Amino acid sequence: MPSQRGGPAVDSPGGRLGSEGRVLNVFSHGVLLLWGLMVTLPLLWAVMSAFKTDKEIFTSPWALPTSLHFDAWGRAWSQAHMSQYFLNSVIVVAGSLFGTMLLGSMAAYVLARFDFPGNRFVYFLFVGGMSFPIILALVPLFFVMKNMQLLNTYPGLILVYIAYSLPFTIFFLSGFFKTLPSSVAEAAMIDGASHTRTFFQVMLPMAKPGLISVGIFNFLGQWNQYLLPTVLNVGDEDKKLLPQGLVALAVSQGYKGDWSGLFAGLVIAMLPVLAAYIVFQRQVQAGLTAGALK
Amino acid sequence: MQHGKYRFIAGFLALPLAIYGVFVISPFVQAIYYSFTDWTGLSPDFEMVGFQNYQRLWDDEVFWKSVGHNVLLLLVLPLVTLGLGLFFAFMLNVGGRRRKNAAIAGVRGSSVYKVVYFFPQVLSIAIVALLFQFAYNPNSGALNSFLQAIGLDSVQPDWLGDPQLALWCVMAVMIWCNVGFYVVLFSAGMSSIPKDFYEAALLDGANRVQTFFRITLPLLWDTVQTGWVYMGIMALDAFAVIQIMTVGPGGPDYSTEVLAYYLYTKAFRDGQAGYATTLGVALLIVTMIFAGIVMKLGRRERLEY
Repeated sequence: MPSQRGGPAVDSPGGRLGSEGRVLNVFSHGVLLLWGLMVTLPLLWAVMSAFKTDKEIFTSPWALPTSLHFDAWGRAWSQAHMSQYFLNSVIVVAGSLFGTMLLGSMAAYVLARFDFPGNRFVYFLFVGGMSFPIILALVPLFFVMKNMQLLNTYPGLILVYIAYSLPFTIFFLSGFFKTLPSSVAEAAMIDGASHTRTFFQVMLPMAKPGLISVGIFNFLGQWNQYLLPTVLNVGDEDKKLLPQGLVALAVSQGYKGDWSGLFAGLVIAMLPVLAAYIVFQRQVQAGLTAGALK
Repeated sequence: MQHGKYRFIAGFLALPLAIYGVFVISPFVQAIYYSFTDWTGLSPDFEMVGFQNYQRLWDDEVFWKSVGHNVLLLLVLPLVTLGLGLFFAFMLNVGGRRRKNAAIAGVRGSSVYKVVYFFPQVLSIAIVALLFQFAYNPNSGALNSFLQAIGLDSVQPDWLGDPQLALWCVMAVMIWCNVGFYVVLFSAGMSSIPKDFYEAALLDGANRVQTFFRITLPLLWDTVQTGWVYMGIMALDAFAVIQIMTVGPGGPDYSTEVLAYYLYTKAFRDGQAGYATTLGVALLIVTMIFAGIVMKLGRRERLEY
């Protein structure tokens, strides 16, 4: 972005900087393009392979498919249960995202805007969860779930996803609620609204930008979650979530040999997220990086 | 009024606290306790064995191998990923053709680059790991056939099957995944640095490399440090890539074994839940040492602008 206050500062070094700038420009475009290729080529390779026959995949991995074969897509979608895995992921993520946002914003609101004994303790109890490795809790968690009959169930996974998303959600949103002006909330209270009503009808709408950022962050995290379902969702073949189902597909002996089907499955799993990302890229980048900056 | 306030607070906190307590706090506390038992995880009864698990840990060769790999990841991943991220972000923001009235400028199309670089970040790590497992396949994978195509028929490594190479292959994938995130993050930071700083420095005869080390990096230091912690936590985990990409338990000859995956196999394959939680406690300690070091090293004067 060009600065408006150039003045004498730019004019004097003149020619020297100009030529340096041109060389630099060629160099930087070259380097940037190279990395761009390194990022996109593996993805394009997967898409291309999904349209090939198995023989083509083996004999000429880099050649374009001789003709477009769509049959692998059908095989992956129905026979390999990709449609089922997809649906499972949608159910679990829809439930846990809703729960995370609702419970997270409720707790964050109370912790950010009300004074009560133990406030700081509860806050740090939640926020402390961000710094512990999940894998340490995994073994006991497995047995907690087992005892509660929640192992290998949708509600179980949803509850666990919510629980492990709360630390960051509360951390981020309580910071956000603190910055909101208190005059609006006070006005609503004077008009006779209850605390609960003030929260849902006044404060939540005002916190929308923060909710969207943390919502995107949680959506991607939960949709892409691999470790938790790998350990806590191992019962029914049909109940696997998308990433888990894909990996199972790749290892399963019965499926060995259907390479194009595997690539098609991979692309099916990739496309929705990539498409959503391209449409909402500004929000996604802002949402994810906001997570690192706060 | 006061009464209503406390009822409201309790009502809003009860459910989140209950869920968090049952599924996060209680397992963490139990984990510490189980690490002192000989629990298999299969039967309900077990005994306290004191520090026996920790003793065993000390003598466990695979454990030390995993710690070594985790430390290697901890050193290499942040250094390369953040380095590339800084380099590309600087190119995007400063590498452009000089325009009228501006000492420095971003390259044309920098937002397109950022969109593309960020791609891998939104994909599930499981998908990425699978994709690269195919690419590394020695017989039909993209990499070896690429080497063949450019005339390197004799160089056909068995990437993930070679104990010397496997861990480096895994690291390359983790770097591939994360660079874009840091390009976007650092780029946002760089664009908020006032342009006059660069103008003044260039006028004083500094070149671009000097402006990077004297202006950009110091002003961005806080963000770099946050990125370092993030990358470090990722390096300590690495569960998915190891489990999906490498063959056998922890790669050929344990060459890619890391703590997280070793814990998983001990608990859910070998039926040694007690010992597995001991490994978890070790991981926690490594994490805390890492965080402590970063905090200590990272402390410097804050620059205001």
